[in-house]
Amino acid sequence: MSSLDSHAGSAPHAGGHHGSYLTSKGSLWADIANWATTVDHKKIGVMYLTALLILFFLGGVMALAVRLELLEPTRSIINAAGESVTTGQRLAFLAGDGATANNIYNRAMTLHGAIMTFMFIVPGIPASLGNFFLPLMIGAKDVAFPRLNLASWYVYVFGSLFALASALVGGIDTGWTLYTPYSTMTDADHWRLVAMVTGVFIMGFSSIMTGLNFVVTVHKLRAPGMGWFDMPLFVWAIYATAIIQVLATPVIGITTLMLIFERLFNFGLFDPRMGGDPVLFQHFFWFYSHPVVYIMILPAFGVISETITVHARKPIFGYRSVAFASLGIAAVSFLVWGHHMFTSQGELTAAIFSFLTFFVAVPTAIKVFNWIATLYKGSIVFNTPMLYTLGFLFLFTIGGLTGLPLATLSTDMHLHDSYYVVAHFHYVMFGGTVIAFLAGLHHWWPKMFGKMYAETPAKLGFWLVFLGFNVTFFIQFVMGAHGMPRRYASYPDEFQWMHIISTVGSWMLLAGFLVHLFTFIHALLQGKTASANPWGGMTLEWHADSPPDEHNFEHEPIVKHGPYAYDRVVPPHTDPQDYPLPEKSDPN
Amino acid sequence: MSTINPSSGRDVPTGPTLPHDTVEKGHHWRTKDDEFDAGKLGMWLFLGTEVLLFAGLFCGYAIMRMLYPEAFANGSHYLNWVYGGANTLILLWSSYTMAAAIRHTQLGDRARAQICLVITWLCALAFLLIKFIFEYGPKWAEGKRPGVLFDYPYAQNAMEPMWWSLYYAATGIHASHVVIGMGLIGWLIIKNAKGWYGPKNYLAMENIGLYWHIVDLIWIFLFPLLYLIH
Ligand code: HEM
Ligand SMILES: [Cu+2]
Repeated sequence: MSSLDSHAGSAPHAGGHHGSYLTSKGSLWADIANWATTVDHKKIGVMYLTALLILFFLGGVMALAVRLELLEPTRSIINAAGESVTTGQRLAFLAGDGATANNIYNRAMTLHGAIMTFMFIVPGIPASLGNFFLPLMIGAKDVAFPRLNLASWYVYVFGSLFALASALVGGIDTGWTLYTPYSTMTDADHWRLVAMVTGVFIMGFSSIMTGLNFVVTVHKLRAPGMGWFDMPLFVWAIYATAIIQVLATPVIGITTLMLIFERLFNFGLFDPRMGGDPVLFQHFFWFYSHPVVYIMILPAFGVISETITVHARKPIFGYRSVAFASLGIAAVSFLVWGHHMFTSQGELTAAIFSFLTFFVAVPTAIKVFNWIATLYKGSIVFNTPMLYTLGFLFLFTIGGLTGLPLATLSTDMHLHDSYYVVAHFHYVMFGGTVIAFLAGLHHWWPKMFGKMYAETPAKLGFWLVFLGFNVTFFIQFVMGAHGMPRRYASYPDEFQWMHIISTVGSWMLLAGFLVHLFTFIHALLQGKTASANPWGGMTLEWHADSPPDEHNFEHEPIVKHGPYAYDRVVPPHTDPQDYPLPEKSDPN
Repeated sequence: MSTINPSSGRDVPTGPTLPHDTVEKGHHWRTKDDEFDAGKLGMWLFLGTEVLLFAGLFCGYAIMRMLYPEAFANGSHYLNWVYGGANTLILLWSSYTMAAAIRHTQLGDRARAQICLVITWLCALAFLLIKFIFEYGPKWAEGKRPGVLFDYPYAQNAMEPMWWSLYYAATGIHASHVVIGMGLIGWLIIKNAKGWYGPKNYLAMENIGLYWHIVDLIWIFLFPLLYLIH
């Protein structure tokens, strides 16, 4: 990391100044030891970011494999025994003996889903960008419990390795939802499933630790002068997310424990042959996993609220309603889990859950309208963060609106478990969260590493990702509406042309991500040095150096203006690039 | 052990060299009070997650009890309330000694705090011994086991394995909490012996105390649900 150090060579400053958090400790080993034992929230954020990107890559490889398999409908290969099998045999190198092509397809699909949800998107923004920026944005030196923070990273990595180990011993084919009774019966060998489920259980601890840490940090470490309604909206979003993390994760904890008991000792709770109720598992599972959808999306909302004001140079429209909408979403998220189970519950229950589900749309719509109102008459700069922000608004709106037919009982009966659902959740999770993550990554990159990325290739990356995404997933709405079920390796020929389009789209996505990888590496090695406030933001993180000092601020900042007071201090329609901050909030 | 009046404020001198006098606040805190409050808030949140974890189990219990009332009534007849009751008393008592340990620490009486901690630890041990020697051991041997392992020839109801599943899951997860508690209290005992806790530094002890009260509280719910309701 020493090559990133913008202070390298300069003599250590006297007094409060410690040099950038990226300053090398000397030898490579000293650096490694320093990072491995660090309690600095910034380093831990970067460590999370690294781990997350590696897992995203793994999950992406699985997605590409799954899509590649779907290029051809069926039976294009005749195996040694003379019987025809699906093209899933192409993936056979992943499996031991005895596994059929369908089996392998299902395992790759499960691994993709499990990695993307449990290991990438749930910890995603809060653990990486949240860890790095939450303390900076509230003017704190660190999170409330720095050692717990480090522990949560190790627990997360350990849990991920545990879950991935299940793939090394053959993988599981249950889908990431691990539904019983299939998950208690599949294959002969317990250990793969138990490894995956234990991994999920362990990662739950990490999630709770992070959430708890953030809640306490926001309550106790805000800088002098920062009231609740002076907090940046990203902080509000992370705070609401942290509350859901703390309240929902214990439920998946007990559910996974029960599943482990069920698998190892056939406890019978979920097994109809022993008097148990398989739908009980679904209730437990979705009581966690629906709120988790908001653990995935709320931080993304937070990122968008930041990028949209900064790059449109406008105070956010309806600050309070955006902040309260985060809390509102957090609250409603606990009431609607049953909409994942319309087909497995009574009519009245289903109708109630359907009715409740529409309520989620209200706070979400408030946010979207506020963002759009913020753009109105703003001086919009079309740089990469802004492109991703606009991309988010477009894709997330599609994702949200296509959710309505799923929340409606009659239409869901038709669309349930079809590719329509696959398209819907990818528009929300990928088109929403991952796109916002990329917006945030570009927006905060200069602050995190003190280097600018190159705008032109980054924009190229955006267009590849944006177009690739739509090519991959839009056609899936059509497929699903025409009856293509999800989670099948073989399908009727008539769907092939749509699958081909979708698979080609996935290659465009790959290209886009590779371009981004290149721009980021290039930025680290040869990027221009970033100033403290390259976009002219007004939240506190832009008061710190780029990259920030080891203790974040030279002096504790004192908050004198709201997070988005552009109307007060920046004349409208000025060039925002490198606009100097109006007042450095130093006490002296 | 003798009852100690915690409000007596007995003046017990502690050496100025003991570590608890010189414990500094973490560098990122403005004041030591902030740090203390944050520690407490964090602990309460964590305890909330513990309650929610067990809430899931209680939910499972309620549903299965509704579905199979006879099996559950039957099941509780197999449990001996004397053991359960003894364990309840032991945990209640240990909760008291834990609280007393904190009080003594706040008043600077390290020696008495130590005695209270040791008693708490021994109570935890006694709880586990009763559980394993008089309950789990014999029941397992008779074939009263969870799920498919169930092998009790005189069962009176086809759904009894389910009862045992929930019994072992609930008490087992609770017992694992007791084991963790023993570890934490043991750690307190060692650090207290080295003089880490005193009137200015007792957050860790207080938080572990809170944890121990929750372990106690959960048992107070489990005991009637499993042993007393027929
Ligand atoms: C490179 C882009 C991606 C491609 C090509 C892709 C493709 C796929 C495919 C083909 C499936 C199987 C659908 C089925 O048969 O039900 C799937 C499932 C899934 N994907 Fe993706 N995906 C991508 C990115 C993502 C991302 C970024 C996330 C989340 C952050 C995600 C989350 C999921 C989940 C949760 C499932 C469900 C797995 C299951 O049903 O168990 N995917 N994806
Ligand atoms: Cu849901």
